[in-house]
Formats: sequence, structure tokens, C-alpha cells
Amino acid sequence: MRVLGRHISPGWLLVAPLLLVVLAFYAGPLANILWLSVTDPEPGIGNYQKLYQTDALGRILWTTFRICLITTFFSVALGYSVAYAMVHAHARNQHVMLTFLLVSFWISVLVRTFAWLMLLGRNGLVNESMEAIGLISEPVRFMRNELGVLIGMVHYMVPYAVLPLLANMQTLDTRVMAASRNLGATGTQTFWRIYLPLTAPGLIAASLLVFILSLGFYVTPAILGGGKVLMVAEYISVQLLVTLNWGTAAMLGTLMLFSVLALLWLMSRFMQLSAAFGGGATR
Amino acid sequence: MALLFLVLPALIAIPVSLTPKRFLSMPKGDYSWRHFEFLFSSPEWLSSFAQSGIIAVSTAVLATALGTLAAIGLWRVTSKYSEMVRAFLLLPLIIPQIISAMAFYRLLIPLGLLDTYAGLILAHTVLAAPLVLITVSASLANFDPKLEQASRNLGAPAWTTMRRVILPSIRPGVFAGALFAFILSWDEIVVTLFISKFNVYTLPRRMWNGIRENTDPTVAAAAVVLIAVTLGAFAVSAIVSRQRAQTALKED
Repeated sequence: MRVLGRHISPGWLLVAPLLLVVLAFYAGPLANILWLSVTDPEPGIGNYQKLYQTDALGRILWTTFRICLITTFFSVALGYSVAYAMVHAHARNQHVMLTFLLVSFWISVLVRTFAWLMLLGRNGLVNESMEAIGLISEPVRFMRNELGVLIGMVHYMVPYAVLPLLANMQTLDTRVMAASRNLGATGTQTFWRIYLPLTAPGLIAASLLVFILSLGFYVTPAILGGGKVLMVAEYISVQLLVTLNWGTAAMLGTLMLFSVLALLWLMSRFMQLSAAFGGGATR
Repeated sequence: MALLFLVLPALIAIPVSLTPKRFLSMPKGDYSWRHFEFLFSSPEWLSSFAQSGIIAVSTAVLATALGTLAAIGLWRVTSKYSEMVRAFLLLPLIIPQIISAMAFYRLLIPLGLLDTYAGLILAHTVLAAPLVLITVSASLANFDPKLEQASRNLGAPAWTTMRRVILPSIRPGVFAGALFAFILSWDEIVVTLFISKFNVYTLPRRMWNGIRENTDPTVAAAAVVLIAVTLGAFAVSAIVSRQRAQTALKED
């Protein structure tokens, strides 16, 4: 009944309101940004030429790329161990762990960044306790440098890395690992030669997801970097709100948008995207 | 252990919020509620609480309505375009917020909605609706389409089927989506920084300023309240889903 060729399914009527809202109030303005990147202040690719003409821009892109890469590495490594522990825990512990994970997911990014500000400051808890036990004699500079930004970002991204890994690990057939042990492989061998390769899709999806989210991350770098670590997102906001330079901002936004879309496309080849957002697979 | 690393750091806000000093510090021995007292008596902070509440509730209502309808619609159509449309509707969730912020800023200037409730609610609704779409779609995935067919075959009109058969079965998804939409708006800072100025000054916005100035322990008290709200929302959703599971067991 529903698939009657040219007839439009009544389901589309229900989709229409949200679709129209997103088209008019989201896709439209996004297209406007793309357009601005080649027309403001004057038509042409002048904004893109700035990329290799000015050192500052190149440096910012490089900083962003480097920080995102390191964040991805540590978040996925930590996320992997968390996901592994969760899959192999008893059912009741698993439930508690999942609650912890989801709570950490939803605690405001502002609150978490603020917490790191308290912990990592010159007289913060980390420095004071390390001094108290005689580990260091001078306070370590954790903030207003890349180290602080990295700590804050990794902390924020770990839950995002865990979810795709968890989804992947839960589908694994544990009998394969048992078979490997029965055939005489040690635990380490089984892990490296059987388990790790089997979780590769999850690893790739988690890495791409964290990298995508890191690319446009604004709050944590802006606060923990203290103006010393300039990443693309913060640079865009300065261009818009301070120097009112729409062209450059739009150009950087366009670059970021296309990088994200390309990575998303790549990611969609490894797993169903909706599963990565904690919503569970949608058919 | 690693999971503790995820949650514990945020809790540092609790002792800091109880410091008796005027500046951000760990309390040494004596504690004081003064920063909470200030938080709940200062007109600025109170108005931010109210504004954030109004915006978050409106966003949750709108996003839930739009997202639920779209999820049901996409569930019903069997078309090669439906997955494409679904991916498109999820975009606001994954596109970096700084880009969304730029787009909304650009959109709201000519509309004259910059720095208004309407502007913020509109932007937050677009950002939050995909969350509802995801949670409701997950609920629908467990819903047996035969039930809908049965209802239709028994002569129920489409609207009755929707209200009496579909909606009750996906209530947990709708509820979770509304909750997520509320939290998203309540916490949202990046887009808010761009599209609000003086008139609308939400709670995250006031915290952002406080954090940047980096002196006032009231921010720590506000952070504790935010954590409490998040935990409270979680407890509510856990209780609801447990009750739900129990009634499902009884029905079986």
C-alpha cells in the first residue's frame, strides 16, 4: 500500500515540519557561509589564498591538526580500555559503569573545563598535592599551554570514544577468543592477533568521531589555552566578534565543514552513524 | 578506574564552592555557604537561571514535537531517500558548533532576532531536534509495525492509531529525547555566545564570563547546581525507565 510508485507516502507529511525548519534555518544559513567565503570582501578565491600567504593562518591550522591528532590518540586509547573493561565486567557492574559513562557525557562542558581550571592552576589541587608529597619543588605549568588544552580535551572526548568501541565489542563472538586460547595461544597473543583486529572497525569509527569533534572544539581550548593556544574555532570567533572579518571566518568554516563531512563519509563506511551517538541502531 | 577519571574532576567544584574566601580557593578547615547564598539572592544570577529555564523548556517542547513527528514519519516511509533525509536531519548534531554558531549569527541578524528569546529558542531547537529523532527512532525500532496495521485494520483512523497505539509505545524514547533536548539547551554555550548579548544572558553565558575573569567562587556554586541538575535529570530518567521495565515484565 505504501510503496505505490508515484504516490507520496503520508509519512513525509510528518517529516516535513522538521525538514523545513532545518532547511530554512540551518542549511540555508550554512550555504550562505559557503557563499560568503568566496564573495566577501570581494568575489574570488582571495580568502583561500590567505591560507598560504599568511604565516599565522598556517600556524593555527597546524596547531589545530596536531592537537586533534594527539587528543584522538589518547582518547581512543583510554576509551578502548574503558570499553574493554565494561564488556568484560559482570552485568551489575556493567550497569553502574554505563551510568558513570552517561553522566560524564552529560555534565556540562563548562563545568568540566572549570574543574580543570581549579585542578591545574598554579595553586591548583594537582600542583599542591604533588608538592606536598615532594614530587616536584616548583609548580608545573599545566595551563595556558597545549598540555592543559590536551588534558581537558582528552577528558571530554573519552566517552565519545567509548560508545562506538562498546557497540563494536558487544557484537564480537567470544567463542573465537576461546577457540584461540584452546588452540594454545597465550592471552597476549589472543589479544593482539585476534581481539584487536576484530575491533578495528570500532577503533577507526571512534578515532574519526573524536577527531571530528575535536576539530571544532571551542570551549576547552579557549579557557584552558588562555589565549596562548589558538585553534581554528577560537580564531573564527575572534574574526567574527572582534575584527568583523566575515570572509576569513567563512573560509575557515568552509574548510572545517568539508573536512568534517569528508570524515563523516569515511566513518559511515565503518559503522552506522546513529549508533555512534548513543541512540542505538535505527534499523 | 578510568571511569572515575571521567566523573571525579568535575566534583572539585563542590569544595571550591564552599570556600569562605572571596576568591577561588580550596577551603582549609572551615566551610561557608555564602557563595550559594549569593548565587540565589543575586538578581543577575537569578535572572540567568530563569532565562535558561524558559529557553530550555521551550526548546525541549518544540524539539520533541518536531523530532518525534519526523522520527515517526521516517519510520513509516519506505523510500530510498529516507536514510538520506535522516542523515541530513542529524547534521546539526555533528557539524561543529562553531560553524552552527556562525550560521545562526548570520541568519538572525537580518531577521532582527539577535539577542532575543525567539532567536535562541530557534537555534537551540534546530540543534536539539536530532537528539529527539535518535531516541524516538530507537524506540520505534522495537515497536512492532503489525500493531499499527492491526489498529488500522480494525478501523481506527490514522490520528487515533498515532495517539492510542504508536505514542504510548514510544513514550520512553520521547521522554528521553525531551530530557536530552532540555539539557542540551540548558548547557549550550558556543552558539549562545554568538547570538546573545545583553537582553538574554543565560546561565552558561554568565558562567563563561565568570570563568574568564577567573576570580569569583560564585561560578563554582553555579557549577555545583548544574551538576546537581544533570544528576537529577538522570535519576528521573533512570526511575522512569525502571518503572517502565517493571510494567513490561508484569504485562508479560
